[in-house]
Amino acid sequence: MWQALRNEYHPLGFELVTVGLDALGAEGCRAFIEAARPAHPSLIDQHHVLAELFGVINIPQSIWIDERGMIVRPAETAPAPPGPPRERAIQPDMPLPPRFMEIMGEAMKIPNDSASYHEALRDWVHNGAASRYAMSPEQVIARSRPRDEPIARGHAHFELATELERRGDHAAAIQHFRQAHRLVPDSWTFRRQAWSLERGMEGALARFWQGPPSDDPESWPYEGDWLTDIRKTGAENYNERFNP
Amino acid sequence: MILDSLEIDRAAFEAGTGWQLKPEGACKGDVCIPLRPAPGARVNVSDVARQMGLPLVEDKPHGLWALGPESIGGRALTTAEAPELVLPDLDGNAFRLSSLRGQKVLVYAWAPY
Repeated sequence: MWQALRNEYHPLGFELVTVGLDALGAEGCRAFIEAARPAHPSLIDQHHVLAELFGVINIPQSIWIDERGMIVRPAETAPAPPGPPRERAIQPDMPLPPRFMEIMGEAMKIPNDSASYHEALRDWVHNGAASRYAMSPEQVIARSRPRDEPIARGHAHFELATELERRGDHAAAIQHFRQAHRLVPDSWTFRRQAWSLERGMEGALARFWQGPPSDDPESWPYEGDWLTDIRKTGAENYNERFNP
Repeated sequence: MILDSLEIDRAAFEAGTGWQLKPEGACKGDVCIPLRPAPGARVNVSDVARQMGLPLVEDKPHGLWALGPESIGGRALTTAEAPELVLPDLDGNAFRLSSLRGQKVLVYAWAPY
C-alpha cells in the first residue's frame, strides 16, 4: 500500500525511501524486499543508524525531508495508508501456539492514527513549505527524541552489539544489547532487534516469538520480552499518537 | 561509529560522526563545538570525544570501541539539516540520501521482526 501511495505522489516530486533495520543485514530483509519489488530506493541498515541519526525508536516510523534537505518532521509513527486489511505476509502452516494468539491480541489493541497521518502527508506533498504539517527547524529539533549522555552511551553499546553480531559473537553481542536496553529504555527497536535474534520457536514466525522458549524459559537472556513489555507499557502507549 | 584504533583519519571521523572539523571546531549545521588543539590530518578520538561529549564505549576482548552520538542539545537532532545517510541496497550498492535533493523524501523505517 505504501508503494501505491509512492506511485501516486512520485510525479509530484516525492520519493519514498524504505530502510530495513536488521542486524542480520540484507539476508534478514531479503524475502520481504523481493516480495515487494519496490520501484523506490530500499536500503539495509544493519547497525540501526536511523536510531542514532534521527531518533527512530520503533517501527514503522518516518522522517520527512524537504527539497532542500531540511527535516520538516522528525521521527514519528508512520501507519500504513488507510485501506482494506492487507493479507498477512506470512501464512502459518500450522495452528498458532498460545503465545502467538496473545501477541496478536495485544497487537490488535495498538491504536492506529492512519487517517490523520495520511491526511497530513497528502497536504505536505501538495503544499510543501506552506503545509501546516511542515515544521520549522526549531520545532523539528524540539520534537525529536530526548537524548542525554546515558542515552547516547546506549546507542554506542547497541552499535557494538550489532557489530559483534555481524562478526558471529552472539554471546558478546547479548551483553551490549542488555546495556543498550538499560540505557535507552524507550526504544522498542533496540529490544525487538535483540529478542528477534533468539530462537523461541522454529519456522517462519521464529523472529516474531520474541520471548522465552517454552521448553527452556530459563535460557532467555533478557529482562523483558515482547508480550511482558507491551503489557507493562499498555498497548495503547506502544506508539505515540499523531501530533500535528 | 565502530573503531579498532583511537587514532583515525580526519575524513573517517567526519564521515563516521557527521561532524565537520573546521578551524572554529567540530561543526554540524550551524552548531560548532570548539576544539583545543584544532585536529590535524589525524584525529585523537578519545580527546575529541571528551571535548564534544561523545560517549566512547570499549569492548576490550575484541579490541573495539564504539563512538556514540552527541547529546549537547538534549535532543536526538542537533540541527534540522538532514544528515548524510549512506546505506546499501539489497545488492550491496551504496545509496546516498542526498542524491534525492530537489524532491520531497519520506524515509520509512521498517524491520522484518
